[in-house]
Amino acid sequence: MAEVLVYVDHVDGAVRKPTLELLTLARRIGEPVAVALGAGAADTAATLAEHGATRVLTHDAAEYADYLVVPKVDALQAACEAVSPAAVLVPSSAEGKEIAARLALRIGSGIITDAVDLEASDEGPVATQSVFAASFTTKSRVAKGAPVITVKANSAAVEAAPAAGAVEALAVSFSEQATGTKITGRTPRESTGRPELTEAAIVVSGGRGVGGAENFAVVEALADSLGAAVGASRAAVDAGWYPHSSQVGQTGKSVSPQLYIASGISGAIQHRAGMQTSKTIVAINKDSEAPIFDLVDYGVVGDLFDVVPQLTEEVKARKG
Amino acid sequence: MSLRIVVTVKYVPDATGDRHFADDLTVDRDDVDGLLSELDEYAVEQALQIAENADDAEITVLTIGPEDAKDALRKALSMGADKAIHVEDDDLHGTDAIGTSLVLAKAIEKAGYDLVISGMASTDGTMGVVPALVAERLGVPQVTLLSEVSVEDGTVKGRRDGDTASEQLQASLPAVVSVTDQSGEARYPSFKGIMAAKKKPVTSWDLEDLDIEAGEVGLEGAYTAVDSAAERPARTAGTIVKDEGEGGKQLAAFLAERKFI
Ligand SMILES: Cc1cc2nc3c(=O)[nH]c(=O)nc-3n(C[C@H](O)[C@H](O)[C@H](O)COP(=O)(O)OP(=O)(O)OC[C@H]3O[C@@H](n4cnc5c(N)ncnc54)[C@H](O)[C@@H]3O)c2cc1C
Ligand SMILES: Nc1ncnc2c1ncn2[C@@H]1O[C@H](COP(=O)(O)O)[C@@H](O)[C@H]1O
Repeated sequence: MAEVLVYVDHVDGAVRKPTLELLTLARRIGEPVAVALGAGAADTAATLAEHGATRVLTHDAAEYADYLVVPKVDALQAACEAVSPAAVLVPSSAEGKEIAARLALRIGSGIITDAVDLEASDEGPVATQSVFAASFTTKSRVAKGAPVITVKANSAAVEAAPAAGAVEALAVSFSEQATGTKITGRTPRESTGRPELTEAAIVVSGGRGVGGAENFAVVEALADSLGAAVGASRAAVDAGWYPHSSQVGQTGKSVSPQLYIASGISGAIQHRAGMQTSKTIVAINKDSEAPIFDLVDYGVVGDLFDVVPQLTEEVKARKG
Repeated sequence: MSLRIVVTVKYVPDATGDRHFADDLTVDRDDVDGLLSELDEYAVEQALQIAENADDAEITVLTIGPEDAKDALRKALSMGADKAIHVEDDDLHGTDAIGTSLVLAKAIEKAGYDLVISGMASTDGTMGVVPALVAERLGVPQVTLLSEVSVEDGTVKGRRDGDTASEQLQASLPAVVSVTDQSGEARYPSFKGIMAAKKKPVTSWDLEDLDIEAGEVGLEGAYTAVDSAAERPARTAGTIVKDEGEGGKQLAAFLAERKFI
């Protein structure tokens, strides 16, 4: 059976959830072979094996942490030469997309970004994408070369599928471009203790209607009662009330949770672009004409400072 | 010596309009109002600021697109760019990201450059990969997705706010930069700027000028194929209640019914 390369997104050996989702999708096309790079690469193997990786190609070098993107492209290219994969799957992070694109160019392949589903077909993998702020759904294929496809988080279920997951050292020689862009400093993002925004099953977001940084406590309290991640509209981020890393929308994160709760958000097209594919959508807004109500499964027209705290209390009471 | 900055800008269908596909499943650019991609205004703005801080700099804005894409160039010129290049050719219709990067790289080389500045993503395609592809083709450093950028003594520095960390980046020129919408609000063209833009030179190139064969780009040369595009069914109308004191409780009941609590 053909092999499918899966690029592993991990932090010091801890595999991030979207990579496990990629393994589910890869198994529809062929046998997943994982590529893990950088510090802790070999520590990813046990988790990857549990979820279907037949082999785990690893390589560690200082270049991966010290220089932007290109060392990883060099390594993936080496993996392609070693494996001759039927397809290459990469998580759709900003960096993942850049790595995938440069790889595609090098190996003479086409690239599809931000797939939300993937199926095998006689003509190779068919990717589903959500375009124009999720108002259209397209199906596309790569027409030349081994398809390189980046896949959004929450596009497939994580499944247990035990496989060998044999660790093998990948031989990589870095290109001249590898050291072109130096990373001279790195400030890790502070952990909020809440689920990762793009991976969370429930997201609770606040917008301009929240009215101030300190008022976000109301949104956070609801999020915590539900075990949810907190998001924000760009208006709330631009006002300095919440960090940009929590922005949902076209120029922020794209989320697709089971449940999305928007409070004090009008529902502009650029915000919808990042949340419209959520399974269930709920909104609280005092303006009954707000466009967000066109999207909702359930909407409450009212003041969020009345509705959200009452909801939080009720959730806590019901959870006991 | 003069710092030569090339800003890549895209002419896109208005996101607040009714965007759709043409019969050949390419983005319909004929029936929809177009404009300079808002995210590329940030690239023009940073180019202007870098030029203002340099002894001597020249900004060229570059677009690949249909006749109307000149509107995007005019807007960038009225913001303060010095001159423009419009790559236009019927055979470019349907070009994908790999093809776009080929044409941009050839045009950038022909124009001459020290620094390329792009937007973080186009508002229609939203791939966010063209700057990385252009860097790969030109063989120069990519310093992309910056929320802060500066150029001094032949070195570009910037801050990239990533998923797990905020990184400080540095590379030598020539380089390809892309900037996010966190990099600073773009200026509005002044009346003087709009008048001056009318006199600024716009050069037109076609594929032959760039030594590109028709088969390398366009629908025919595309590395990807769209098989179908379907409008997403409108979400079925949900329940909307007015809060009369019990709104939070009603919402909780809905969430419980859907098994979220
Ligand atoms: C290129 C570009 C990219 C963009 N990217 C993004 C993006 O990634 N994400 C994003 O979100 N936006 C983005 N935007 C901005 C977007 O167009 C909107 O401006 C933004 O989403 C508005 O945020 P908002 O809904 O919080 O604010 P508003 O539109 O001002 O809406 C606030 C809402 O709160 C309601 N409200 C006020 N007080 C209360 C109260 N006490 N109780 C209940 N409701 C109340 C009001 O009725 C109103 O509907 C982008 C714009 C551009 C041009
Ligand atoms: N047709 C085009 N003409 C000029 N620049 C473009 C074109 N397409 C993409 N770009 C540039 O590449 C950036 C990213 O585009 P994309 O990868 O398509 O999301 C844009 O912000 C532009 O700066």
